[in-house]
Amino acid sequence: MEIKRFLTDICEMHGVSGYEHHVAAIIKAALCEHADEVRQDRLGNVVFYRKGKGDGGRPRILLAAHMDEIGFMVTKIEEGGFLRFTSVGGIDTRTIVGQEVLLSARETLPGIIGAKPPHIIPDEEKEKAYKMEDLHIDLALPEERVRKLVSPGDLAAIRREPLMLAGDSLAAKALDDRAGVAVMLCCLQELERLHHKADVYAVATVQEEVGVRGATTATYGIVPDIGIAIDVNHGEMPGVSEQDVSQMGKGPTINIGPNIHSKVNGELIRLAKEYRIPYQLEITPGFTGTDARAIQVTRGGIATGLLSIPLRYMHTSVELVDLNDIRQAGRLLAHFIAAIDTPFVEGLICY
Amino acid sequence: MLLKRLAAAHGVSGDESEVRDILKEEIEGTVEKIYFDPIGSMYACKGTGRKPKVMVAAHMDEVGLMVAGFEKSGLIKIEKVGGIDDRVLVSKPVTVGPNRLPGVIGAKAIHLQKINERTKVINIDNLYIDIGSRSQDETEKLVKLGDYVSFKVKIREIGDNCLSGKAFDNRAGCAILVEVLKEDYDLELTGVFTVQEEVGLRGSGAAAYNVNPDVALVIESTIASDVAGTKEAFHATKLGGGPAITLMDASFITPQKMVDLLVNTAEKLGIPYQFRRLTTASTDAGRISQTYSGILTGVVSVPCRYIHSPFSIINMDDWQNTLRLVKGALNAIAEGGLLE
Repeated sequence: MEIKRFLTDICEMHGVSGYEHHVAAIIKAALCEHADEVRQDRLGNVVFYRKGKGDGGRPRILLAAHMDEIGFMVTKIEEGGFLRFTSVGGIDTRTIVGQEVLLSARETLPGIIGAKPPHIIPDEEKEKAYKMEDLHIDLALPEERVRKLVSPGDLAAIRREPLMLAGDSLAAKALDDRAGVAVMLCCLQELERLHHKADVYAVATVQEEVGVRGATTATYGIVPDIGIAIDVNHGEMPGVSEQDVSQMGKGPTINIGPNIHSKVNGELIRLAKEYRIPYQLEITPGFTGTDARAIQVTRGGIATGLLSIPLRYMHTSVELVDLNDIRQAGRLLAHFIAAIDTPFVEGLICY
Repeated sequence: MLLKRLAAAHGVSGDESEVRDILKEEIEGTVEKIYFDPIGSMYACKGTGRKPKVMVAAHMDEVGLMVAGFEKSGLIKIEKVGGIDDRVLVSKPVTVGPNRLPGVIGAKAIHLQKINERTKVINIDNLYIDIGSRSQDETEKLVKLGDYVSFKVKIREIGDNCLSGKAFDNRAGCAILVEVLKEDYDLELTGVFTVQEEVGLRGSGAAAYNVNPDVALVIESTIASDVAGTKEAFHATKLGGGPAITLMDASFITPQKMVDLLVNTAEKLGIPYQFRRLTTASTDAGRISQTYSGILTGVVSVPCRYIHSPFSIINMDDWQNTLRLVKGALNAIAEGGLLE
């Protein structure tokens, strides 16, 4: 399946942490043709198993990209049928005023996130950012209908149609981390053309945004020799110093730091050079805010890597990526998988 | 639905042509004459020579943005056209320039913000449009200084017979005026689709001057503030409460006999109505009523929640009832309800 189409499809679908089943279904349909086996674990992670070929040992490689997105949970139905809500994952309240949402209630209902209009609030209040308790979801329904259809605990996600922009840029919600899921698809497509000894477990993980929980159980179940998380990191944007961000369109970033096994990132860098795949480096002086954080400390410890796609405006509804970075990341991962053999894996515990 | 088409069309003040073209196409054949003035307002006449002479006005323009400059990175600096709360601009898709180039207004990721940053409004000086370009050169090939920008939004049905989307202020009024012009009244009627209301009622003064009517009605869209956390006393209007009749705003006080005519018409026809309970903000009536030695003017509005934002909400019953009230008022004026 074509990457642009796949990515726009999955970004448009909602899948707030813990409720990823709709987006999981689309991902399953697209990735299954490259897998020998597809299964789902109890938390909802979707695992695509692709068998390695050839004699000798078959290293086990886990790829993890999370498919959940940040969203909202209804806390109270106010007089008039307006819904108060809280966040699921890290939401900048300032970015959600005047947005469309889809609420998963007894029916799926369209809504608008509204606030008290500026015309009727004192001037000094206008200088302040809206707080979440100031905002409500407006379903444009009478209160009695709202009370029949909605209960506290119902989830809502931002509704946003992906937008193709100049060059190869795509703006959408939930590119964090559906972009990573698209990298897995690119990688699996690329693997069709490559010989690989390693068994590949490509996992679309759940509940990353609320504490990397999907990656925790997925890694435990798979017991990989190497685990690679694929996520997004901050692309250049106004108000942020250059050293804190990656460049857009200059390739995926390879992470360096205590969360990452140095031989894994060394091999990624070596292969990027060998195959002339553009890449950037990112340092994280502790654990990363990605699935890699959970993978590394599962069971007796797992050699971990992290590949990230530069993304602007993270956790807004207009996250922006360059599709070329995704394609390059898919290529790099595929070459990495094809290069891994038993001696490499054995080397991971030679200190 | 014409209203959906009109609301989806881009027509920031000063750049109303897409809206005007749709409207012209709609009213051609239903009126005797269509003409334009140098500022861009469009006039549609019926019943030429009859008395009294009545003008019904609705503004075509919407609030939006304008390209104000370019950054080396390829990002676009913006300025506001009309009254927009900076707080609704963040994290929105937009359409730039005559080629309708898509772009987004992003914000620094929450992860990179300091705690005290999160409570501050991101004002327009710190907002940029990103069209996906990587350099100023690339951007300037696609976008020109002064290009108009509007929200990129799908107009949708929502909830109980409501629509959500941008620019119901005042495409709701334009769509009503189109319907009004389809019928015949025993008076000389000039429908005027005005320009530049949102930047200071710029089009309607010239319109009133050109038409020189005995009576004028303005069809508008006005703020509905019947939302959570707002006391009833501050509900300027209520969604679903019927057309809002203006008593007074920042630019205009409605003459009592006009209020009486509108109220009596609504009551006679069984149309629910409400008074607009807010004395701020202005409409074209401010200019029209002060043209020549004064023109007898009234304002009827469709209530609109989250007005001047990309996702406002109107109720279609309110829209229908506003249309009924305007038609009823015209018939009442024709019957001599105002001018003897």
